[in-house]
Amino acid sequence: MIVATLAFYLFAILTVASAFMVIASKNPVHSVLFLILAFFNSAALFLLLGAEFIAMILVVVYVGAVAVLFLFVVMMLDINFSELRQGFLNYLPIGALVGFILLVEILLVVGGWHLDPDALTVVTAPTSELSNMTNTEQIGNLLYTKYVYLFQAAGMVLLVAMIGAIVLTHRQRPGVKKQVIADQVYRRPEEAMAVRKVEPGQGV
Amino acid sequence: MVEFWNSYLLPTVIILAQILAIVVPMLIAMAYLTLYERKVMGAMQLRKGPNVVGLFGMLQPFADGAKLFFKETIIPTGANKFLFLLAPMITFFLALIAWAVIPFDDGWVLADINVGILYLFAISSLGVYGIIISGWASNSRYPFLGALRSAAQMVSYEVSIGFVIITVLLCVGSLNLSEIVRAQSGDLGILNWYFIPLFPMFIIFFVSILAETNRHPFDLPESEAELVAGYQTEYSSMAFALFFLGEYMNMILMCALCTILFLGGWLPPVDIAPFNWIPGVIWFGIKVAALLFVFIWVRATLPRYRYDQLMRLGWKVFLPISLFWVVVTAGFLVAFDMVPA
Repeated sequence: MIVATLAFYLFAILTVASAFMVIASKNPVHSVLFLILAFFNSAALFLLLGAEFIAMILVVVYVGAVAVLFLFVVMMLDINFSELRQGFLNYLPIGALVGFILLVEILLVVGGWHLDPDALTVVTAPTSELSNMTNTEQIGNLLYTKYVYLFQAAGMVLLVAMIGAIVLTHRQRPGVKKQVIADQVYRRPEEAMAVRKVEPGQGV
Repeated sequence: MVEFWNSYLLPTVIILAQILAIVVPMLIAMAYLTLYERKVMGAMQLRKGPNVVGLFGMLQPFADGAKLFFKETIIPTGANKFLFLLAPMITFFLALIAWAVIPFDDGWVLADINVGILYLFAISSLGVYGIIISGWASNSRYPFLGALRSAAQMVSYEVSIGFVIITVLLCVGSLNLSEIVRAQSGDLGILNWYFIPLFPMFIIFFVSILAETNRHPFDLPESEAELVAGYQTEYSSMAFALFFLGEYMNMILMCALCTILFLGGWLPPVDIAPFNWIPGVIWFGIKVAALLFVFIWVRATLPRYRYDQLMRLGWKVFLPISLFWVVVTAGFLVAFDMVPA
């Protein structure tokens, strides 16, 4: 048991420390790499909770896809890092104010949290059917039965966002040669080449 | 003290021994994969391949390894030293830790976790970091271009790999790799394996893993005619060797995954004597070696894709087909009431 506790503190400390380094490091590429470390450690925390499906999905989606795009964009930036740090003190009060307001909001929400006594009994008495399932199956069962409409709605929102992003960034460029694979496949040797009999010394 | 030994130290020692029992044969297999590749390519090009060091060139990989080990490590002055050295280590370690969930035989697996296939998918999607970090940390043009190409390529083909995996999972009903193999066992032997009912997915998966491991004909990240050696350009000595080891280890890993998903893992093709006398781990090795042969065959045969063709194939061909096939498979399973419990 003590190993699990030690592991929890290790991952928790690493998560908080790397999250702090995301905002503290001077180089934006380092920031993204620390962000990835933070994702990793939170995935490890999920594993300690026994939520292996969420842990793996966190790594696949956030580390494997989202953070790659972040890194992609940040690496392409051409910025002067020392210039970026000037004016840090000017903005500090505003940043500190925003941070303080967010902290108060979180404290209010978490402090006002109150569990229904009935809900507690439901949690502590798992149904025999559910306790035999892996948590992938449990999530699937909930998502596709009880919350299926909300799930579909979330999918629709993502679809609209995706179409919107494509419409906004897509532009027709005239005069660009495009490869039409179907035409190439349908081409026969007879259309494309001619066999000539060339006499010696005559040329084509 | 005795309790401490029994509950902590002994399991740790056993796990370490198991890890060594996997890693050491894998490293030897990887060393001989390089020889296998050079021999097969030599045969295809009517050459002999390496045949001087040891019998039939059997010691060539170790000679190469020793040569790389004694080379000088060169770090470019403009490079970010820490990340420059971290990148090959990431590539190598990711290629090794993925083997923790691979079942070599029934029960021969280090960690038989419920979400084995997701774990493998997560590890293989992390492989891009070794490349992109090395390209950026080298602070040089060619490595950076190679890294950008590679990042885009690996992210693109991961999508279709994901859909292919979903198709297989629909038929199995479990994310556990051993369960996936067991679902393919039956009286019909080879006819039960998933490469027959899911043949189009098998082809798409194979082509996608070629792209995922940056192999020919999709080796644009390191195309020597345009980018010198892509992201590896600035690396020398053991740093280069780690990239090289990681890349070959990833090839073996992806072939093992393909074997588990489509070719029945450790199962013999026909479940009668003398086929079922051969241990499962040998069958597993034979199948992986056959897939690796196709990897090399492709390399010796096909010209390199152009970058826009690569992107077109990934996004406009494989993604719609694999998405469509997920719907077809799911519809078929529901219509004929064959959904696994």
